[in-house]
Amino acid sequence: MMEYDNSANWSRRGVLAGIGAGVMLLAMPVRADDASVAQAISDTFGDTPRQDGKIALKLPPLAETGNTVPLTVTVDSPMSDTERVKRVVVFANRNPRPLIAAMMFGPKAATAEFSTNMRLSGTQDVIAMAELSDGTIWQAQVRVLVTVGACDSLQLRY
Amino acid sequence: MPNTRIRVPKTAKAGDAVEIRAIIQHPMENGFRLDSQGTAIPVEIITDFSCSYDGGQVFSVKLEPGLSANPYFSFFLKATTSGPVDFRWVDQDGTITTATEQLEVT
Amino acid sequence: MNRALVAIMACAGIVATFAAVFAADQVPAQKPISGYDFMTTEVQQLQDDDFANPGLLWVEEGQTIWDDTKVASGKSCASCHGDATTAMRGVATRYPAYSAEAGHVINLEQQINQCRRERQGEPDFPYESEPLLSITAFVSTQSKGLPQSVAIVGPAAESFERGKAFFYQRRGQLNLSCANCHEQHAGDHLRGESISQGQLNGFPIYRALWQTMGSTNRMFAWCNEAVRAEPYPAGSQEYVDLELFERWRGQGLNIETPAVRR
Ligand code: HEC
Ligand code: HEC
Repeated sequence: MMEYDNSANWSRRGVLAGIGAGVMLLAMPVRADDASVAQAISDTFGDTPRQDGKIALKLPPLAETGNTVPLTVTVDSPMSDTERVKRVVVFANRNPRPLIAAMMFGPKAATAEFSTNMRLSGTQDVIAMAELSDGTIWQAQVRVLVTVGACDSLQLRY
Repeated sequence: MPNTRIRVPKTAKAGDAVEIRAIIQHPMENGFRLDSQGTAIPVEIITDFSCSYDGGQVFSVKLEPGLSANPYFSFFLKATTSGPVDFRWVDQDGTITTATEQLEVT
Repeated sequence: MNRALVAIMACAGIVATFAAVFAADQVPAQKPISGYDFMTTEVQQLQDDDFANPGLLWVEEGQTIWDDTKVASGKSCASCHGDATTAMRGVATRYPAYSAEAGHVINLEQQINQCRRERQGEPDFPYESEPLLSITAFVSTQSKGLPQSVAIVGPAAESFERGKAFFYQRRGQLNLSCANCHEQHAGDHLRGESISQGQLNGFPIYRALWQTMGSTNRMFAWCNEAVRAEPYPAGSQEYVDLELFERWRGQGLNIETPAVRR
């Protein structure tokens, strides 16, 4: 999570001065590891095999702030009564909580597409998985470089 | 009641894919921020969003703290018949916020 | 390592970098550039989106306050001023401004609160409260696209001089002035944080870091604290004077409230 590698050189006095100034920060969350991501995914989809494809993930390759990262997901599938996308679930593999949100498409949805804004605690992969009406699960993964993560920017009192 | 904004076009042709947009004013506290006393502010989020129309669901979301403050969604509705497009947000404290807009289908 | 300590060190890392980079002294003031031009396309697109810009939630709330007649005097802002799109057009470009009623230079928030107190019989909206941010954003956005043009002569002159002195005064444990960052290093990147000219034409702004709307005075407090200087209270004459100088630095920049920043 440390973008600022020179923090090691920062003197103890400096750190104490920082505390003295009452700089209030974050309860630094623990980032997820591969096991917890795998767990979050299997909690959602069980052990159904997943295939790559059908999903277009639109994300900025470089996000200057992890607090508001625009995301658009489009699944290449008809949206008829018999053949359709049931849901799309989004994960971020190094966020303290990898599960970002689950979107369900109802019978009145015209396309399997949505946009929203998400938080990224730092540089990591965003994974989207789509469950289709035939039970198959499709996935796509995109790396986003985050210069100032949602958890480690200059969080002062103001 | 939290402030919301929704966008539904006034009119559409039957069969059209119509873009719908919705946003609600909410901090989506993720539990990782500290207050000025150094105590963690507890998780406080919108947990559910849904949009329905013509007797069926269009799009719904189970939100997690990984979504940004003032959660925003856009998606596409299949225009079938004139009627209200209904929106509903549920806060984890149980508060329900609703909004509605009329869609004329020609 | 203790988590809070790690977080503080992360922050101290940035601050240390700031301290290291700023050795040199003053350079002449530049042609004003909006903070918008220093943002990435994603942030710019969010600001330009007439629906998804989160600041519009506050603007809309401001419209409700503008029309609210449930106040002691029974008079809404609209009862006296009428349609904001015409009555408030251009107003934000002139603030801070000298107020004969107050006897000194006041900013837009204080002018609004003056009307609350004197003409609506209501207590002030506190600084950074949702209603004050909302009504200020609502009044400011009526001037969208119009150039900032504050008066700095006559009764505003002293205030302007004090604001200018504040801007060039080094302060805090890092001993940096506003100019050190926002004049000398505008356009530079410091470990992820890119520095703009520190202009005010987008305020109140929706700042992703804050995940909410914030005033000019909150921004000043944040920047003061970034150099480990004790901030002044919101609405203090020091900050109003600074705001006057800041708006003058950005003379000619178009108002873009509600701006979106990182
Ligand atoms: C009873 C009538 C009345 C009400 C109610 C009222 N105002 Fe005013 N307002 C005035 C008058 C008269 C002035 C001009 C005198 C002055 O500058 O104080 C003024 C001045 C202003 C100005 C400065 C305009 C300029 O050109 O510099 C702003 C901004 C403003 N009002 C906003 C508001 C807002 C916002 C509200 C509601 C919260 C409000 N007013 C409520 C009468 C009113
Ligand atoms: C240590 C460097 C530093 C110093 C000193 C500093 N700032 Fe900033 N300031 C920043 C950073 C970083 C930002 C956020 C990114 C940006 O817009 O530059 C910022 C943002 C701003 C903004 C918002 C700009 C916008 O477009 O929304 C304003 C206004 C501002 N500063 C004013 C000031 C004033 C006034 C002072 C002096 C009291 C000051 N700053 C001192 C680093 C600094």
